[in-house]
Amino acid sequence: MKGFRFYGFVVALVVLGMIAAACGPTPPPAAPKGKLEIFSWWTAGGEAEGLNALYDVYKKKYPGVEIINATVAGGAGAQAKAVLTTRMLGGDPPDSFQVHAGHELIDTWVVAGKMEPLTSLYKSEGWDKAFPKGVLDIVSYKGDYWSVPVNIHRSNVLWFSKKVFADNKLEPPKTFDDFFKVADALKAKGIVPLVMGTKDGWEAGHVFEDALAGTLGAEAYNGLWTGKTAWTDPKVTEALNNFKKMLAYINTDHSALTWDGAGQYLIDGKGGMMIMGDWTNGWFMSKNFTGYGWAPTPGASGIFVALSDSFGLPKGAKNRDNVIAWLKVLGSKEGQDAFNPKKGSIPARIDPDKNLYNDYLKSAMADWAKDAIVPSPIHGAAASEGWATAYKDTIAVFVAKQDVAATQKALQQACVDAKVCK
Amino acid sequence: MTVQPSRLLIYAILIIFAAFYLMPVYVLLVTGMKGFVEVSLPRMWDLPSGLYFDSFLRAWFGSQAQGFRGLSTNFLNSVKLVVPATLISAMLGSMNGYVLAKWKFRGSEVLFPLLLFGMFIPYQSVLIPLVQTLQKMQLYGSIPGLIFVHVVYGIPITTLIFRNYYATVPTELVEASKIDGASLLGIYRWVMFPISMPGFVVALIWQFTSIWNDFLFGVVVTPNPAVQPVTVTLNNLAGSYIVEWNVQMAGALLAALPTLLVYIFLGRYFMRGLLAGSLKG
Amino acid sequence: MRGLTWDRVTSILLIAPSAIAILIFVYGFIGWTGWVSLARWDGMLQDLTLVGLRNYQKLFDTERFQIDLHNTVTFTLLFLASSLVIGLLLAVLLDQRIRSEGLFRSIYLFPMALSFIVTGVVWRWLLNPGSRELGSVGVNLLFDKAGLGLLKSGWYTDPSIGIKAVAIAATWQMSGYVMAMYLAGMRGIPEDLREAARVDGASELEIYRHIILPLLQPITLSAVIILGHISLKIFDLVSAMTGPGLGFCTDVPAYFMFDTTFRGNHFSQGAAIAIILLLSVAALIIPYLVYTARTEVQR
Repeated sequence: MKGFRFYGFVVALVVLGMIAAACGPTPPPAAPKGKLEIFSWWTAGGEAEGLNALYDVYKKKYPGVEIINATVAGGAGAQAKAVLTTRMLGGDPPDSFQVHAGHELIDTWVVAGKMEPLTSLYKSEGWDKAFPKGVLDIVSYKGDYWSVPVNIHRSNVLWFSKKVFADNKLEPPKTFDDFFKVADALKAKGIVPLVMGTKDGWEAGHVFEDALAGTLGAEAYNGLWTGKTAWTDPKVTEALNNFKKMLAYINTDHSALTWDGAGQYLIDGKGGMMIMGDWTNGWFMSKNFTGYGWAPTPGASGIFVALSDSFGLPKGAKNRDNVIAWLKVLGSKEGQDAFNPKKGSIPARIDPDKNLYNDYLKSAMADWAKDAIVPSPIHGAAASEGWATAYKDTIAVFVAKQDVAATQKALQQACVDAKVCK
Repeated sequence: MTVQPSRLLIYAILIIFAAFYLMPVYVLLVTGMKGFVEVSLPRMWDLPSGLYFDSFLRAWFGSQAQGFRGLSTNFLNSVKLVVPATLISAMLGSMNGYVLAKWKFRGSEVLFPLLLFGMFIPYQSVLIPLVQTLQKMQLYGSIPGLIFVHVVYGIPITTLIFRNYYATVPTELVEASKIDGASLLGIYRWVMFPISMPGFVVALIWQFTSIWNDFLFGVVVTPNPAVQPVTVTLNNLAGSYIVEWNVQMAGALLAALPTLLVYIFLGRYFMRGLLAGSLKG
Repeated sequence: MRGLTWDRVTSILLIAPSAIAILIFVYGFIGWTGWVSLARWDGMLQDLTLVGLRNYQKLFDTERFQIDLHNTVTFTLLFLASSLVIGLLLAVLLDQRIRSEGLFRSIYLFPMALSFIVTGVVWRWLLNPGSRELGSVGVNLLFDKAGLGLLKSGWYTDPSIGIKAVAIAATWQMSGYVMAMYLAGMRGIPEDLREAARVDGASELEIYRHIILPLLQPITLSAVIILGHISLKIFDLVSAMTGPGLGFCTDVPAYFMFDTTFRGNHFSQGAAIAIILLLSVAALIIPYLVYTARTEVQR
């Protein structure tokens, strides 16, 4: 009898374990039309709406394919990047994933041999003529194209509350001197002059890249990322000092807020200005807020600090054909015009239907056509992931300690570590 | 009967601390039960005006429109993970504990601390090879993979629990059976196993709690949101600025429920597991 | 005797799978991580060329890591001290023949059953500093209501507090555990000892100071070891509650490791952090394991 109880127990354990284990995995069913897993960090607001618009275009063309929307929220893609890394390291790539065109795409994924070249697709779709040269350059490596850019974002935009500015008879500042005058005026009125959220760690680095561009000018700024301009340059010191001065005008609860949480100050009329990329435009729209104006960041008129979201084809994608079809939608005029008005960005193609876009985006298109285009480090265009991280961390520490000399030294070291500076 | 002032003071301190420990639970509960119109951070401590379960529903099912994932499928993932992993590792621990307590061999007193050390290591120090190895084993990114990981890294603690438990069983019992001609497995089956229930309860509860509560392995081994255990989903829910705080609170309560229930109903054994964890045999 | 040898074989066979699994998944993997930490693997492409201790050197020069080490020390000291003091205090009070002792005990201990993620989510709101538009929230709001506005603070968003706010949440979760350990220890002390002291005219306080506390020393040691290694490894709580914080004021090495390895793809740097974490835990645990093994033999 005892034996019976023992065996009974063991059998029960094993059976329970096996049942539970069998319920565990969800084996990919052999559906006839297959699936398409799209990985991105576009989870909310205009970004999610834009992505859904793309899905709609795709579903219309390929109704049999089931789209799996694998989004990971949080931190301008910081969470998503961790997920993507473990998936790639673990040999389980999504079918297609969002990646910033430029160094993030090339240094992280292409050089490591994780992507398939898309050159023949570019030729057959005529994309080598549909995208401007600057865009083609940042998705190329060793004579091949590696991803399909869906949009262009501008990093260096100064957003301001029209109401606050009108009430106080202020004009959007063009130079740093103007900026500090305006900030003083706002501060005197008890309004937060510059709203900022630093919770996710990258926002300060974003504002500083625009301060760099505004202080150094396009050519010297570009040189920082190619090694032609030294990070020890006095102009960099000046940029740090400008940035430090700006920090004196920000909201005190910045470290508890994300950029959009801080943006709420602007919407509520309690903040005057904010420096953030032009996804802010899409976010304002999703909040039904229209009382905002925009200008280039101080000193950066005529400079367009750009970044571009793109999608590629990882090696070993499970549904390769469906991905090719997805990329075709992304690169098409139809796809780009469906996505960008909602996302609040301008298309990477040169032939958009301008009527679909709001006033801000029309002005961005005009600037894109005439401004000096320079890349953004914090958003993966100007620097390798490693360098961008070091840059980001250095600026995050700067916000807390505000030590100009030490920060400049650390920035120089980051450039040396990236093997761009000597 | 008069109450001494010192007794009153003792009770007062005890009650103040009880309030400190219960404060988060209070916030969790009242927030979860408030309707959407009443949830605002400045009214965090106010009682709800009625019973609403909106926050729980939102946390459970998520919201397509807002684009965030509910806990429902991931809660089930955790169940599918924790049940087999707990059972298998308890079984393994029982066998190991039996051998180490009653069949010491040359080197077993070295082996035991070597096993134990595995319980204390920061798992960061194995993550990179773990991902690569699981990939080669075709287990990466799946619940069976996660089960495997928890079973392996559960060996030290379950072995410890059972070894300490079997150490309290008189060796004469084993010796007598040996003289009767019973084999090692025979003794386990007829003598040790029937009296192992207390050990199993402690090991099962311990493993259940720690596997349910794990975050690091979940986030690294199962990057796919559809496969992740509930703690990872909860963390994502909380990390996302689009999710209202009351939904986050409701989610936290839901994710805590299974281990809380175990604690409430099996608290006594839970304690024993904790004390076993402190290496006091 | 033939039976005995057969049993020998069975015993080895029974324990072999576990021993091999631990050999590979603990020691082998640690070795592998150690190798990676000495290599040049920086990016998605695995590169195992050895470069010596360069990764460690650079790590110690990194400001973030210096801040992390500082944070770990602060966190560990604060967390250990407050958990031990609260745990001991509660245990002593509960030892006074308290009515509904079981209820109190359960209340103090229940946070142990929760995941650090749950604790983090709740405390991130309790210790939310609030903002100008919202006014106070969480604990600050309670202080306001109680007329203790002076005690309000920015909690984890204030760089001068930072990691200490995380230690509060960790203490909330783990001090009940210390209480339980002490209480179990006190219950294990024979009543005659106390009786004898009372007969000698010792006051209750003196009994605790001179008799019970010294006898509880092994428990304090266990508690320090257990809490200490949890504290060195802390990751989940930071991840759910604060993230790295302003200027990394709530960052810890375990979080940095995850960040740099899986977000920055700096595998060698991540491995170096992991090895440093491991060494610090080993410095705490190995002497303890050796010590317990020895005393057990003596028993």
